Amino acid sequence: MTANTEIFQLLPHLVIGVGIVLSVVIEISTKKSESILPWFTILIFVFAGAHSIINVYDYQILFGGMYAIGGVTAIFNFIFTIGAAIMVLNAVDYIKKSKMNFGEFYILVQSSVLGMMLMAGARDLFMIFIGLELMSICFYVLAGINRSRMGNTEAALKYFLLGAFATGFIVFGIALIYGTAKSTSIDQIVFAYEYFITDVLFLTGLALFVIGFLFKIAAFPFHMWVPDVYQGAATPVTGLMSTTGKAAAFSVLIIILSAVFTQNITNNFEILFAVIATLSMLYGSIVAIAQDNLKRMLAYSSIAHAGYMTIGLAAGNIESVSGIIFYLTAYAFMNLGAFGVIALIEGSNEENLDINSYSGLNSKSPILAGFMALFMFALAGIPPMAGFFGKYYVFVASIKADLTWLAIVGVFSSAISVYFYLRVVVYMYFKDSTSSIIIKNSFTGLLAVIISGLLVLVFGILPDTLFSIITSVLSY
Amino acid sequence: MILEYILFAILGLVAVVTSVAMITRPSPVMSAIFLVLNFFALAGLYLLLNAQFIAVVQVIVYAGAIMVLFLFVLMLLNTDSEHAILKEKRKLKFIGIFIAVLVFIQIGYIVFYSAPSDSVTKEIAESINAGKIETIGTELYTTYVLPFLASGFLLLGATIGAIVLAMKKFE
Repeated sequence: MTANTEIFQLLPHLVIGVGIVLSVVIEISTKKSESILPWFTILIFVFAGAHSIINVYDYQILFGGMYAIGGVTAIFNFIFTIGAAIMVLNAVDYIKKSKMNFGEFYILVQSSVLGMMLMAGARDLFMIFIGLELMSICFYVLAGINRSRMGNTEAALKYFLLGAFATGFIVFGIALIYGTAKSTSIDQIVFAYEYFITDVLFLTGLALFVIGFLFKIAAFPFHMWVPDVYQGAATPVTGLMSTTGKAAAFSVLIIILSAVFTQNITNNFEILFAVIATLSMLYGSIVAIAQDNLKRMLAYSSIAHAGYMTIGLAAGNIESVSGIIFYLTAYAFMNLGAFGVIALIEGSNEENLDINSYSGLNSKSPILAGFMALFMFALAGIPPMAGFFGKYYVFVASIKADLTWLAIVGVFSSAISVYFYLRVVVYMYFKDSTSSIIIKNSFTGLLAVIISGLLVLVFGILPDTLFSIITSVLSY
Repeated sequence: MILEYILFAILGLVAVVTSVAMITRPSPVMSAIFLVLNFFALAGLYLLLNAQFIAVVQVIVYAGAIMVLFLFVLMLLNTDSEHAILKEKRKLKFIGIFIAVLVFIQIGYIVFYSAPSDSVTKEIAESINAGKIETIGTELYTTYVLPFLASGFLLLGATIGAIVLAMKKFE
């Protein structure tokens, strides 16, 4: 197949790419772009997501081994696009009320999603790097898009500096990998992985590369930026960064280490990942207990969740990959839902972020309280919510890899985390309202919360719908 | 052949003179201008080595874009304080000399001791047109077409981001 026709195999990417350019044109040409662009963005996201999930079994390598479509990539694309669509739905009223209502917001969201999709499909270190930069640069700007607020600028600057630092690690890693493997093609690296890994330089390069991405997934020793950035950035943006951004980084880790997962090669990073997973889970869960600010609490909880997913990387077998992907899907929708509720309650100047603002929420808005409780239960990992099965699959995979102690630490840490998740529920249902918070009606915001709530329930009650797709896709 | 040696001598001389001038000028703006001249001389040397693309990039990116940015920053900042710093912190000078000697030893080692690769001679480089823009363009539009397109979106995203962050007024 020539490159001329190959490009049409990338229909979801093309739609989003053309969408970005069209959005720029819409933004320039009409004054009403702010009311057109969100719906246009959602339309292209839903199309790209649906196209990806329909063609999930159509696995192809394109552009001479540069790029892959279908398979795991399609599932990741589904997470990115549908997650971003929910976030845009949530952001429509949010960015109006925080007075940053301009169309560029949506263009940046589209660009960041395109970057994530390029990362997930990349079969070449070049592509990974360009996709990562596209995603990261859009995130830096999105984190600081509301310059009228100090915390926002602080978040953007911290995110940018530490993100650039992490990128430095990744580039050094790529240089060393290229120097020893003499190729940037991941297929070639994976093919001769067993031979390369004996080379200290290759191992160093791979370790640097992995550490760079551990920054992006916010695992323990590389988590310093997370609380401030997640708290400072606009709430829907935080939702996007913490879910789809994390999924994109995990997609790269899964691809680069795929030799370990599929060919039964000794996992050189097993101890590294196991230690990082343990520290992230315990640190995230324990520090989150002390947080009264809900966004900060969810930031620490996201460090803990990164830890649970890293268990899968430590286990290093095919079950763990499907576990991680299921976990990422579940986490994306439950976290987006939780941030969606926070965005509706926090008020026009982010003043109602404290847990006391949630006291007696049930009497004011039973729907929001119900969904918040659903997301908290899901994040805590209580069945039949999707979060439970995410943890379950990852723990089972780690037991299969003789890492039972890691699964026990995981269960222990989940038990700790129940405390701070259920604290929110207790405040909502069993405390009398102390503050007079007016919850503004936002149809789109509520719709976003309902959709993510339904997805969490569907993946929780019928986990096999998604899990069977993931396992069958991974088997070839 | 003779012409090549003459050109090499001239360009090399210009490169050396301008780099010495660069570090000895008291005014940073003058230093920057000498550095631009140095880049032009280096670009000429690259041309002699049949690396047209690097030569062009050297002029456009380094001499054109980066150094102009440098000059703007130097002119905007108050640069008189540089001498005071050097007088106060004498140790800085020694660190500078140390690093310079280190780099010099490295380059000396590469030139005199490490064997140059036999497989890539100048003739081979000429015959496969490795340094030509045409060759690089062909690769860019065939093997690397997808990263090339993606970098376009990266630049677009960065431009939009810069505009968003630099916009003065919020509604």
